[in-house]
Amino acid sequence: MVSVDLLPLLYQGAVTTLKVTVLSMGVAFLLSFLAGFARLSRRKSIRLVSSVYVEVFRGTSLIVQLFWLFYALPLLGIELTALAAGVAALGLNYGAYGSEVVRSAILAVPKGQTEASIALNMSPMLRMRRVILPQAMVIMLPSFSNLAIELLKGTSLVSLITMADLTYQGMILRTFDASRTFEIFGLILLMYFVMAYPLTLMMRWLERRFSAGRV
Amino acid sequence: MWSWSFTWSTLPYILDAMKMTILATIVGFAIALVGGLLLAMGRRSKNRLISLIFTGVIEFVRSTPLLVQLYFLFYGLPAIGISLGPFTAGVLGLGIHYSAYLSEVYRSGIEAVPRGQWEAAKALNFTRWTMWRRIILPQAIRPVVPVLGNYLIVMFKETPVLSAITLVEMLMAAKMIGAESFRYLEAFTLVGILFLILSYASSLLIRRLELKWNRT
Repeated sequence: MVSVDLLPLLYQGAVTTLKVTVLSMGVAFLLSFLAGFARLSRRKSIRLVSSVYVEVFRGTSLIVQLFWLFYALPLLGIELTALAAGVAALGLNYGAYGSEVVRSAILAVPKGQTEASIALNMSPMLRMRRVILPQAMVIMLPSFSNLAIELLKGTSLVSLITMADLTYQGMILRTFDASRTFEIFGLILLMYFVMAYPLTLMMRWLERRFSAGRV
Repeated sequence: MWSWSFTWSTLPYILDAMKMTILATIVGFAIALVGGLLLAMGRRSKNRLISLIFTGVIEFVRSTPLLVQLYFLFYGLPAIGISLGPFTAGVLGLGIHYSAYLSEVYRSGIEAVPRGQWEAAKALNFTRWTMWRRIILPQAIRPVVPVLGNYLIVMFKETPVLSAITLVEMLMAAKMIGAESFRYLEAFTLVGILFLILSYASSLLIRRLELKWNRT
């Protein structure tokens, strides 16, 4: 099987896939913390808003959200480009999942830590920044890395809203010579694996590094 | 902008397509339940090579997108002489993809079975088959039932991806309505709301079952 001629287009697609992945990860990371903290707020209204956000985006599927943002939203007068709709949908969806990770990790930090920082007269801000978050981050790591892999895989759906990512290039290449479809999609699966597997390895490495000396 | 009369007129079509969504979820889940168990047991094989192969398959399936796997099954396999219909390819893809996830769930359940149970089974001279069927699996599966239930909901929410290989489930039905009338807003919103209601209701149901399960 000579697949070399397929590589330039697939490479272009992979670059787009990585671009969408990185941008969406940024949005999702930000939203995770925003919504995660909001879930723990003392104000009931803030808690309510963030739980509605989380339930709505976890309760409907990513692809439905993507189609809604791209095809339905223009009818309400808001037109998004494919890239904007893709990044928004991926960011909002994985942000909702991520916020649960943030929330549960903060709650998992032993209560004595909070009490000790209060006893040491730390301000709430300092307490969160220097005592709670550093410990919560270690708890978040494995779940966040899992979400990162899920997000990378999720980007394949942007091919359905006309973005020329790796999956999309496969569908294009297929139209030139349908008899090579097996080879094309086999190659694409391999390329996704090559992109996702380093994330898995990095996750294991980080887990080992950060759990060193702790049990 | 938003037309209620149009919304009501599309509802029957989408509810009709919901049957396909639910059917695909159930068949896909059944495949994943069996496939996941096979993968989990294959990974535990004493033969290093077999164990390595199974680990590789699980990692590969988990690290690649469902959509591309579906394209591979639906468009790729016919090129080497195996043609599958959209439903077959769809439930097979969904089932295989989540087998890899469920194998991890089973694995955690199997590893949680106390060593003494294995030793006792051996001491009583049970065959491997009897040991798995009568001693290990009943104890391994029971505690992971809620996790398996959660994956049922996850798979339900993944079924709209099957629209990409032309299976007419809820999202595809909405897309067809949109393409015909140029009104995507109502149909897509309706699909979103239906997913929300169904997945929220089933997550409440699973939580209740979990409580009941834990009490006994």
